[in-house]
Amino acid sequence: MTETRHDIAHQGHNSAINFQPQVKSALANRQLRGNFDKAMTGLMHKRSSAFADWDLDALRDLGQAIRQRALRQLPDLLEQLERQCQANGIQVHWARDGDEACRVITEICQQRQAKTVIKGKSMVTEEMELNAHLEQRGYSVLESDLGEYIVQMAKETPSHIIMPAIHKNTAEIAELMHTMTGVERREDAHYLTDQARQQLREKFMQADVGISGVNFAVADSGTLCLVENEGNGRLTTTTPPCHIAVTGIEKVVPSLTDVAPLLSLLTRSATGQSITTYVNMISRPRQPGEKDGPEAVHLVLVDNGRSDIYQDDELAQTLQCIRCGACMNHCPVYTRIGGHAYGTTYPGPIGQVLMPQLLGLEQTPDFASASSLCGSCGEVCPVRIPLPSLLLRLRREAVDGDKTRPSTVPGHGSKRSGLESLIWTFWRIVHRHPLLYRQSTRLASQFRALSPKRLGGWTRYRSAPKLAKTTLHSAMNARSGRQKP
Amino acid sequence: MSQPVLLYPSKPEKVYLFGTCLVDLFYPEAGLAGVDLLEREGIEVIYPQDQTCCGQPAYTSGRSDEARAVARAQLDLFPGDWPVVVPSGSCAGMMRHHYPKLFDGTDDADKARKLAARVWDLADFLVNVCQIKLTDTGEPVTIALHTSCSSRREMGVADSGPALLQQLNNVTLVEPAKVTECCGFGGSFAVRHADISGAMANDKVAALKQTGCDRFLSTDCGCLMNLTGVAEKQKTGLAGEHLLSFLWHRTQSNREA
Repeated sequence: MTETRHDIAHQGHNSAINFQPQVKSALANRQLRGNFDKAMTGLMHKRSSAFADWDLDALRDLGQAIRQRALRQLPDLLEQLERQCQANGIQVHWARDGDEACRVITEICQQRQAKTVIKGKSMVTEEMELNAHLEQRGYSVLESDLGEYIVQMAKETPSHIIMPAIHKNTAEIAELMHTMTGVERREDAHYLTDQARQQLREKFMQADVGISGVNFAVADSGTLCLVENEGNGRLTTTTPPCHIAVTGIEKVVPSLTDVAPLLSLLTRSATGQSITTYVNMISRPRQPGEKDGPEAVHLVLVDNGRSDIYQDDELAQTLQCIRCGACMNHCPVYTRIGGHAYGTTYPGPIGQVLMPQLLGLEQTPDFASASSLCGSCGEVCPVRIPLPSLLLRLRREAVDGDKTRPSTVPGHGSKRSGLESLIWTFWRIVHRHPLLYRQSTRLASQFRALSPKRLGGWTRYRSAPKLAKTTLHSAMNARSGRQKP
Repeated sequence: MSQPVLLYPSKPEKVYLFGTCLVDLFYPEAGLAGVDLLEREGIEVIYPQDQTCCGQPAYTSGRSDEARAVARAQLDLFPGDWPVVVPSGSCAGMMRHHYPKLFDGTDDADKARKLAARVWDLADFLVNVCQIKLTDTGEPVTIALHTSCSSRREMGVADSGPALLQQLNNVTLVEPAKVTECCGFGGSFAVRHADISGAMANDKVAALKQTGCDRFLSTDCGCLMNLTGVAEKQKTGLAGEHLLSFLWHRTQSNREA
């Protein structure tokens, strides 16, 4: 995939995601499928061994309860978070949508007369296309997470929310780094990481502003938690004189005691680690007498559609997400087509549930249906988001023709077609009338020789199913006749 | 929250069979095998002739009005307290877990909830309610089992297939790679997203083939139709059968046969 961030942005706002052709080309790409299969199989094993000694059901119950309680108090917690952060010396900004958040961040950069920005990994900044926004205004923006660094070099978007460059293997990365930075073309992950580290280290020292995401924002202490493995998050948030933390408004939790179970769930679900190499707890700018840390810390709270999702009790469960990526690692669809085929910031099951609510069902017409409803995502979700049920809900929203039922989902009813409605009406009539059903199924089995041999997409991969000589209804009828003459 | 613990009933005199539309049209022998197995356990099987479909195809397509209309036509077919057994994890899952949601807030909510609580996967019912004892009368054979995602994750009865097959002395049960992964059926998913579904089904057939099994079994006719369709199109020579048909054929004494 060579789409730039700008193409994706353009696509997202103006026309429907071109899912089917992207799926076809992803499925035809053997290298890509191999890379995903290998990586995701490994991640599934790591997760399951990481939880081996835990009462996972109980821990997931706790994770769900913490997230649901936090969401129920969301407006109050956000205000408490704002007060606590301000009391700690963190400047708090509210942004209704991605554009507003980009403007807020640009203004801070302007005030600081910044030229260069270094970033830690943050999906919400991907969501609002912050890099493109800043670059258009003349800022130099550098991603410091190794995966993001690679993806930025390749002018791509992340293909996974935790491992942005997981679609590439070592050989592809070696080739890319050789072309873009002139290092030796060596298929050696250790060597390549070392080179990237040296390239990045200099940039940390020069950056005027560091921008990071937030994993959990703690309301009663005003603490911003950030987990990472490369130390780039620590450097991004401490080396430049100004740190801007950006988060979706749903990431707030009441207190630090809520963070421990969520961290246990997050890191094990994501990468199979019992804890990440770095856990950053950011609570204030540098104080007089302290030797390091930024002189200014800003927190940007981004809504971008979240408060609309919040209006609906069932769909609000989408906001429980702690962005571990386990649903995609375990999804038989994601593991075969990879993240880019979705064409949206968030891929996989959580993306299929979240993106239609953010972009509208008419922009994402294939998202809710692109699931066999196998239930793997729901089974592994650390905070028990009922992803299959939410996919079903969005399928209903897409074809609902009843305008009297109020809906908060954009694009409600946009997939309802006259032909499909007619087919379902016919299906309903046959299956509501037992006599008609028995007569038509008996006829179908009697004339089974005439049944079609080609059935669209089904027979592209399979032979056509064969009707039985006699239906179970007839067989059971004959049987009861035999038994009770 | 975690699913509530299932309380199995004691072995009843009678059960209702909800045959499912796929069994009705494509795999009646699986339904009949289920009836034979239950009757051999001394249970009378009632098959209401007015049953049609559980409503799942419409339900998973987002057509809840049509799904409700068809599901409503099934609600009155199973009066009394006898259990309702279903030879398919996904149809059983539809009735047990989705009927209460589908009828929530309607006049039939209570009826739907009561029916849902009486619905059992037939294989699970044989293991945990009938506590069936099987005697193998067949030649040695190597079998791979594909348990449907609904049996595994929605009904939580993935253990029942192996529990039944392990009773058969001459059956060697082998496990395919990625045994818990979906076969790619998913109802209309197989048509709407034919290429993804096809890729999943191809991988599953390859994994089954890789086990070197003589044939594979499934607990759900959707999976079976999907996988045998792929195996046949690719001329792999891999044959598939419903678990219940296999069990019945393997356990008849010469006298019964």
